[in-house]
Amino acid sequence: MAERKFRVVHYLNQFFGQVGGEDKANIPPEARDGALGPGMGLKAALGPEAEIVGTVICGDGYFAENIETATAQTMELVKKFNPDLVVAGPAFNAGRYGTACGAVCVAAQEQLKIPALTAMFAENPGVDLYKKELYIVATGDSAASMRQALPKMAALMLKLLRGESIGHPDEEGYIARGIRKNIIADKPGAARAVDMLVAKVKGEPFTSELPMPKFDRVAPNPPIKDMTQATIALVTSGGIVPSGNPDRIEASSATKFGKYNIAGVDDLTSEAYETAHGGYDPTYANNDPDRVVPLDVLRDLEREGKIAQVFDYFYSTVGNGTSVANSAQFGAEIAQDLKEAGVDAVLLTST
Amino acid sequence: MCTVIPISLTVGANRIVPTVAIPYPLGNPELTAEKEKALRRQLVIAGLQALETPVDGQKVFEQ
Repeated sequence: MAERKFRVVHYLNQFFGQVGGEDKANIPPEARDGALGPGMGLKAALGPEAEIVGTVICGDGYFAENIETATAQTMELVKKFNPDLVVAGPAFNAGRYGTACGAVCVAAQEQLKIPALTAMFAENPGVDLYKKELYIVATGDSAASMRQALPKMAALMLKLLRGESIGHPDEEGYIARGIRKNIIADKPGAARAVDMLVAKVKGEPFTSELPMPKFDRVAPNPPIKDMTQATIALVTSGGIVPSGNPDRIEASSATKFGKYNIAGVDDLTSEAYETAHGGYDPTYANNDPDRVVPLDVLRDLEREGKIAQVFDYFYSTVGNGTSVANSAQFGAEIAQDLKEAGVDAVLLTST
Repeated sequence: MCTVIPISLTVGANRIVPTVAIPYPLGNPELTAEKEKALRRQLVIAGLQALETPVDGQKVFEQ
């Protein structure tokens, strides 16, 4: 009996799937047997061990506008091929395509319990959305880098199919997922740190073992002209929540924020509020949550007419090991909400 | 409004008002309730004043 080949399904957009250009961007998912377009190159790079048994094609516009439906429809088609792995793209710097590739791969991992892999340019919005959950091979920003991308994708696909361990992002060519792995090093940390310092002083190249995240810079907003006319909101990363933490905000590495109605509340009491934060001694905040979210004095200032009003809700998350990506997303969502509500300024308190 | 100013500077906050301590940025459990609330009021007013002040980049509003 011939040895069984691994079965691979490939996801492509309407353009790489050779259906058409932007005029065909609204086609729903459809399946084809075998490899197609970039799948031909992938097939060659995979060699005899794995076979692209089917290709699912969906228009970028259709996917972006119906993410949940399109993902479900795609999964139905993928499932029929009974694959061992799903590969998507490469999407290069195409944002809708990259997002679709990420959504399809994550769904394959979660629903079909099989490995999945995609490839795109580092600045594709799909990268930030999915890099934590997926192997995303780094490509150039256009299809000109197809030839370099396909062999890297094929090599990583074969490793995933064989169940081999996956090496460092730099060696394997995928975008770092932020996963820390224990390894046996030749020298203890102190010696490695001194080696790095010596190299730095000498002006020699060295590689940090813990690269710092990159933070945005935002231009400051103009000041409030008349505070007596201003609506002020309270936002905190100190984890103050109603007692019992109804939204189950995590004590560390928060994945969400809460929005809590304080209309008519004069003071955050220890009976009604507490902190969910797991990164500082909660005694003081639990005894008097105003120490983190100063509602009591802001209400006084409202009564005295120093400000027009306190916004009816405060927002809270836990800033304890919470990823920059999550924090940036919370910030954007909260800011959008505040803008729509006509809030003029925010006191953001941090522990 | 925060206690660890270098973090606020690193993450890019533009108007920064230094506060008391990590577990009680806007309070101080060693003070009487009355004095503690007065301290909190002073800090919140400093925060509102920072919001009324034009800045062209990051600024720490030292008390």
